[in-house]
Amino acid sequence: MTHSATASTARWRLKQPSIIPGFGMTLGFSLAYLSLIILIPVAGLLWRTAGLGWGGFFAVLTDYRTLRALYISFGTAFLAAIVNVVFGTLVAWILSRYNFPGRRLIDAMVDLPFALPTAVAGIALAALYGPNGWIGSFFMPFRIAFTPLGIVVALIFIGLPFVVRTVQPVMEELDREMEEAAATLGANRLQTIVSIVLPALTPALLTGFALAFARGVGEYGSVVFIAGNIPYVSEIAPLLIVIRLEEFNYAGATAVATIMLIISFVMLFVINFIQAWSRRRYGNG
Amino acid sequence: MDVKINNIRKEFGRFPALNDVSLKIASGELIALLGPSGSGKTTLLRLIAGLDFPTAGQIFFGDEDASHHSVQERNVGFVFQSYALFRHMTVAENIGFGLKVRPASTRPAKAEIRRRVSELLDMVQLSGLEKRYPNQLSGGQRQRVALARAMAIEPRILLLDEPFGALDAKVRKELRRWLREFHDRTGHTTVFVTHDQEEALELADRVVVMSQGKIEQVGSADDVYDRPSSPFVFSFIGESTQLPVELKSGTVLFQGEPLGITEAGEGPGQMFFRPEDVELSQAYDALSGKVTACRRLAGTRIAEIDIANHGHAPYHVEIEVPLHAPVELGSDIRFRPTRWKIFRG
Amino acid sequence: MSEPSHIKFRNPADERPLAKVLLIALSLAFLVFFLFLPLVSVFVEAFRKGWEEYYEALVEPDAVAAIRLTLTVAAIAVPLNLLFGLCAAWAIAKFEFRGKSFLITLIDLPFSISPVISGLVYVLLFGSNSVLGPILKSHGIEILFAVPGIVLATIFVTFPFVARELIPLMQDQGTGDEEAALSLGASGWQTFWFVTLPNIKWGLLYGVLLCNARAMGEFGAVSVVSGHIRGLTNTMPLHVEILYNEYNFVAAFAVASLLALLALVTLALKTILELRFGAGAAGGRH
Repeated sequence: MTHSATASTARWRLKQPSIIPGFGMTLGFSLAYLSLIILIPVAGLLWRTAGLGWGGFFAVLTDYRTLRALYISFGTAFLAAIVNVVFGTLVAWILSRYNFPGRRLIDAMVDLPFALPTAVAGIALAALYGPNGWIGSFFMPFRIAFTPLGIVVALIFIGLPFVVRTVQPVMEELDREMEEAAATLGANRLQTIVSIVLPALTPALLTGFALAFARGVGEYGSVVFIAGNIPYVSEIAPLLIVIRLEEFNYAGATAVATIMLIISFVMLFVINFIQAWSRRRYGNG
Repeated sequence: MDVKINNIRKEFGRFPALNDVSLKIASGELIALLGPSGSGKTTLLRLIAGLDFPTAGQIFFGDEDASHHSVQERNVGFVFQSYALFRHMTVAENIGFGLKVRPASTRPAKAEIRRRVSELLDMVQLSGLEKRYPNQLSGGQRQRVALARAMAIEPRILLLDEPFGALDAKVRKELRRWLREFHDRTGHTTVFVTHDQEEALELADRVVVMSQGKIEQVGSADDVYDRPSSPFVFSFIGESTQLPVELKSGTVLFQGEPLGITEAGEGPGQMFFRPEDVELSQAYDALSGKVTACRRLAGTRIAEIDIANHGHAPYHVEIEVPLHAPVELGSDIRFRPTRWKIFRG
Repeated sequence: MSEPSHIKFRNPADERPLAKVLLIALSLAFLVFFLFLPLVSVFVEAFRKGWEEYYEALVEPDAVAAIRLTLTVAAIAVPLNLLFGLCAAWAIAKFEFRGKSFLITLIDLPFSISPVISGLVYVLLFGSNSVLGPILKSHGIEILFAVPGIVLATIFVTFPFVARELIPLMQDQGTGDEEAALSLGASGWQTFWFVTLPNIKWGLLYGVLLCNARAMGEFGAVSVVSGHIRGLTNTMPLHVEILYNEYNFVAAFAVASLLALLALVTLALKTILELRFGAGAAGGRH
């Protein structure tokens, strides 16, 4: 409390002086806890990967089963994210623009995938889209569950709220006067939506896409029940990590995990970049 | 409690918000810190309160060096610009908060706290509102709750940050008078920050005019209005006209022409005068210009005039002219300042 | 003009009624297929063979053990993350210091890591071929394939929830109220207890709610560290998996229905909080 009253100028400071107490204690605890729970374990993973050496790492990376698993994880996550951008935007639109009976309920239910345990979602989707399920039997003999398509279904479920909840607040903030201005200038509704509304939503759409995609790539619980888990066909990368662990092949598990981790970091960076860009460009997140 | 501020300096990063500021405040005085935004007046107030630390310098409360005392130890009453009322507490709980958080040894009994709260509510004329929450009050009422809350801890001095800033004009005037009476009754040393000169001149015993982290002038309303000590004070307080002039063997020249007024000295300077301190003149050696606009302002008439001597860029000035004076748009007019001040250099 | 003038006036920044109905219908169809039917099917499958079997599945000893373990794990993980959330939000929202935005990014990290990896990092740290594992084991401390490992993995995946909720809220509230309390003579703890905490209580509850839902429902991370020992290290989601893989569908969905119920209660409370909290935030600062 008394330390800086006579301090000299321009000294390097960790923090700006403040009369509010508790900085050392709260930051100290936060950093200690963060290190113990997150940083040290994650660093441990990277350290173990470094122990593999380039050769070992490369051997796992170029293993055909690894490549297929990564391809399936990224491919299905990408497709699901695309579907979610289209339908998530539509859902966000009707929730933020229209008034219809049950709107509140639907608005609340959009968060279901956040709250429902992934394993529950997994068995429910498998039952529903399986050959004997309400939806699955309808499409027979074409199979949805236990194929890569089943994975996409699960990832659509998981990713939906990411898109809706990113796009919806931006939609609600949109200035209706811009649309009215477009109308006074002679644009029809479709032209207004395409040339006025969508560009304003672009950063939110990109962020929502990236979030849904990132979540989809790492998703495990909801997918394993519906995927069928056939190696090279419907085996996702997180499942491959689990399989390698069960084989006590720690090197294999570690290498696959590191590849996924690096890609997650890149995604995180991309998301931050989109948000920073959109703040600069549009003044919102 | 008198307050002494010695050579205070405050930097935010590399930017000096206060630069070597010294000030003495006598016990029982009502002081206004007046200045444009960014002048450092709020920073100075927060330093006195102990809400910020100075980079260098000391603050004395009486003979006690308070520089190293925490805000709690300083025991000052601070009224925040946004009031900072606790939203989840009733009016009574807000006012009693400072008493409730005292250590058990000095904490008054519950009944005593209640009594003090109702006394304070009485004093700020809000009796009957103790059960209300802040968002159920008007702006003026919130202001007075904030004041009562600050007074509850029996502060050694009272500090107010833009106390009337968030209020509409009418309430502002009422509260201003009310605060003056309140101060006269309680006799607390009081410092308030404002950017409204009318407020400062009307309310304060002494006004501290600040600009760019420095004190420009300290004085009574008469001092700062009639005897401004710097070009900044002259132009910041009240209306004024500024003209670049030249002093030559006792006479004052504007754009090379004599003005018919005298001042000792040689060399260039800036002349300031107020709109009301002029007389119309027929003399050859006077300021002359064209009337570009003319408007009635309460009991006087204001003429806007472009003055220029041949070949020079015109200067726009505003002067007060008698209501009956024949001033026509586009006509030529001659006048001289009767009171003025020239800052040399 | 896209419309004849005898039709009722329509705001130009609005779609035609028919288009609206179509868009709503399309959205609802999507939501029915991907949200409502899955939810409904959990309960339908659970009650397929009647109340009797449903009840049997829930009182069976392994199921009870799984429920108990899930509650225990949440009871440890949630308070710890709550404490962390409060500390981190206090440091980040009330002070200006170097590296702050980097710290915020680090706090978010678990959100972008696959749950399986969250479990894997502890397997590598405490497993039999790690440095720490054998040392701890020789002292009789089991972390992996035991409750501590499950707790750690759960803490990892639920790490950001409370902090994420509190940081923007407290940043928004600024330091004015705290300064006022301090200037009135309150100590740091008193300021926190009487002023800060009441200001953030709804946000705090919201964060705890989401943290708890995830803690009780986490599957991937826990599955990697648990070892799947029936009656001992099986949480409810893991128990669901085992029953499902044994083709005991009714029992699997019965336990799953409890978790689905938890999700619905969470959503209901969350919605109530949002209504309350949103109104509070709007009437907010004076």
